[in-house]
Formats: sequence, C-alpha cells, structure tokens
Amino acid sequence: MATENTGEVVADAPGMPQLDFSTFPNQIFWLVVTLIVIYFVLSRIALPRIGSVLAERSGTITNDIAAAEDLKQKAVEAEEAYNKALADARSEAAKIVASTKAEIQTEVDAAIQEADAEIAARAAEGEKAIAAIRDSAKADAATVAKDIAKDIVAAVAPGKIDAKSITAAVTAKMKG
Amino acid sequence: MRPDKRRTSDLADEAKGEEGGLVFHPMDQFLVKPLFGDGPVGMFTITNVTLWMALTVLCIIALLVLGTRSRAIIPSRTQSVAELAYGFIFKMVEDVAGKEAIKFFPLVMTLFLFIVFANFLGLLPMSFTTTSHIAVTAVMAMGVFLLVTLVGFWKHGLGFLGIFWISSAPLILRPILALIEVISYFVRPLSHSIRLAGNMMAGHAVIKVFAAFAAVLAISPFAIVAITAIYALEVLVSFIQAYVFAILTCVYLKDAVSDPHH
Repeated sequence: MATENTGEVVADAPGMPQLDFSTFPNQIFWLVVTLIVIYFVLSRIALPRIGSVLAERSGTITNDIAAAEDLKQKAVEAEEAYNKALADARSEAAKIVASTKAEIQTEVDAAIQEADAEIAARAAEGEKAIAAIRDSAKADAATVAKDIAKDIVAAVAPGKIDAKSITAAVTAKMKG
Repeated sequence: MRPDKRRTSDLADEAKGEEGGLVFHPMDQFLVKPLFGDGPVGMFTITNVTLWMALTVLCIIALLVLGTRSRAIIPSRTQSVAELAYGFIFKMVEDVAGKEAIKFFPLVMTLFLFIVFANFLGLLPMSFTTTSHIAVTAVMAMGVFLLVTLVGFWKHGLGFLGIFWISSAPLILRPILALIEVISYFVRPLSHSIRLAGNMMAGHAVIKVFAAFAAVLAISPFAIVAITAIYALEVLVSFIQAYVFAILTCVYLKDAVSDPHH
C-alpha cells in the first residue's frame, strides 16, 4: 500500500508543489494584486497618517519643552525681582530707621540743652539768693556783735571807751 | 498534474491507519488548490493562495489603518506597533539605502509587511504559507532587481555600470573583479528569492515530518518537543527572513540611487 502510494505520488505530481509550474500564473496574479493593494493602502492612507502623527508628536514635544524652558526663565526672573524688592525694602527700612534715629537724637539734644540752661539759671538764682541771705546774716551778726560788745563794755567800764573804737575792734576781730 | 486527486487518495490511506506505519506528506501543505470545488488552477482561479494573501492584506489594514485611526498623540497599543514598524523600516531605508532612497520607503514597507504577515500567518496550524513558494518570492525579487536596474540607469545613465568597475582596486585586478561583480549582480534575484522561500519551506516541512513521527507512540514525546522547538525557531525565522529581504532590498537600492563610483 505504502509503496503503491509513493509510486503514485511520483507519477502524479512533482515532489515539490513549489515546482508545479501550472500554478505559477495563479500565484503571480494574486501576488501582484495583493502587493498593489498593500502598496496603495500604505502609500495613500497608512504611511502619511503615521508620518503626520509622528511629526505632530515630535512637534508637540518640542513645543512643550520650549514652553517649559520659557516658564523656567520666567520663574527665575520672578525670583530675581522678588529678591531685588526685598533688598530695596530692607535698605529703605534701614534708611528710615537711621533718619528717625537722627531726628530723635537732635530732639533729645535740644531738650537736654534747654534743661541744662534752665538748671544753670535756677542754680545761679539760688546762689544769688543764698549770697544775699549770707550777706544779710553777716551784717546782722556784725550789728548784733557790736551792740553786744557796746553793752558789755558799758556794763564793765562805763564811759571809758567810745562806741567808735568798739565797732572797729569788732570788725577787725570778725575779719580775722 | 492532479494534486487534488492525490490528496484524496492520501487522506484515504491515512484514514486506514497504515497499521502504525509512518505517513510522510510534508509537502502537502504547500499544494495550491482551488478554494471552491475541484478543477484546474487557472490564472484567475480563487485558490488558497488568494485566501491567505487576502488575510495578509486584512491583517496589514487592521494594524496600519484601523490601528491608527484615532491618530492619537499618546498612542494606543496597536498604534504603537504600527509606529514601531514604520520607524523600523523608515530608519532601515534611511540608514542602509540613504536619504535619496526615501521615496522607495512605501515599497520596502509593502514588501516587509507582506512577507512578515504571510510568514506569521503561515505558522498557524492548517494554514498555507504563500511565501514558501518560489513563484511568489521570485516575483518580488525580480521586481526589486528590475527596479534597481532601471532606476540605476535612469539616474546615472551608462555611469551606472561604474558599480562593476572597482576604482579603488589595483588596475590589473579590475577586469576580474568586474566579472565577479557582474555575476554576483545577476545572481542577486536568485539568492534573494530562494533564501526566503527555502527557509519557509524547510521549516514547515520539518515540522510536518516531526508531526508524522508523533503518531508513533515510542518517539511521540520527543517528536512533540521537537515540533515545539522548531516552531519557536520558525517564529524567529519568520521575522528574520522578512527583515533580511527588506534590508537586502535597501542594499540593492543603494546601488541604484547613490553615486556608483565608490
């Protein structure tokens, strides 16, 4: 059975269907049809579409990267402006502090001067009053001393020594 | 040539079981048969070739047209695969064939996608592998060969013959080299087509041989492991052969579009 079968195969068809030339026109015809269909589908629809999608994507990515770069630049600028404003405010504040300090200092100085002058004036007044009081007290003391000396002299030795010499003696004693 | 009659008798024999004997029909899978009824295979007969080529076209349309219909900036999975294939072949054409060959990109893409989908569809059990037929690969290879020759002469005129005259070689060697170059140029379509068809046919035939061995109880575990291993290898080969066909097309196109005096 097997040998008969093998013999039949050899007799009936070539060993390889690939070399059966009777099927070649059929295969070639359908292959050409297939390739033409694929070529037109690809070149008319698929490839332009995929190409445009890829181009659009790379364009989008490029744009996004550029936008990100732009925003980053803006952020850096904003930070710089912020820092500058901060520094400006600080120096302004320092200036205001300094000027206020100077103003207060001058005011304080003026007030101190005024107070000093008043104190000096009052001290001088007081001194004057003290001097006047002292002078009057001295004069009173001299008068009292002379009167007492006259009274003592009159009591001890009446009429012997005059009032004038007693006054001179008292004055000389008080000075010494 | 009555392949259909033969097939019927073979099936009958297989049905009888052959008393545990081996039934080798590794080449039956490559038979070209009419899809509807029996009869001779004429030029316009709708055959299994038609069916599997149509399925190839449908797969390509599904991936590259339906998969990309949303034109999303953030792609879906199918769109990613389509873009990957586009980028892969575009870069191949640009790198291998040069910038002047970009206008042939749809052509290379057509060949690559047709071969890769035909190869993978051919790996489905009970399917028909269109690229295992020398008639199919030879038409593509001859197409590439004629295109390269015509574009070469159209672009460079008789200067295209300069690709055979290696001006960097010593003068005395140049005629010999020219002869070798001419022979290799005309062998190109042959190697280009037989490489693909041979790879596909051999792998599928080997799988069928092991499948026949799987019917024998003693060696069937080994046969099944071998089928699995060869199937995995064939998956790899299916892609690699499509890649090789496309990259060789690019290499040949480079001759046509670039300056022949290298």
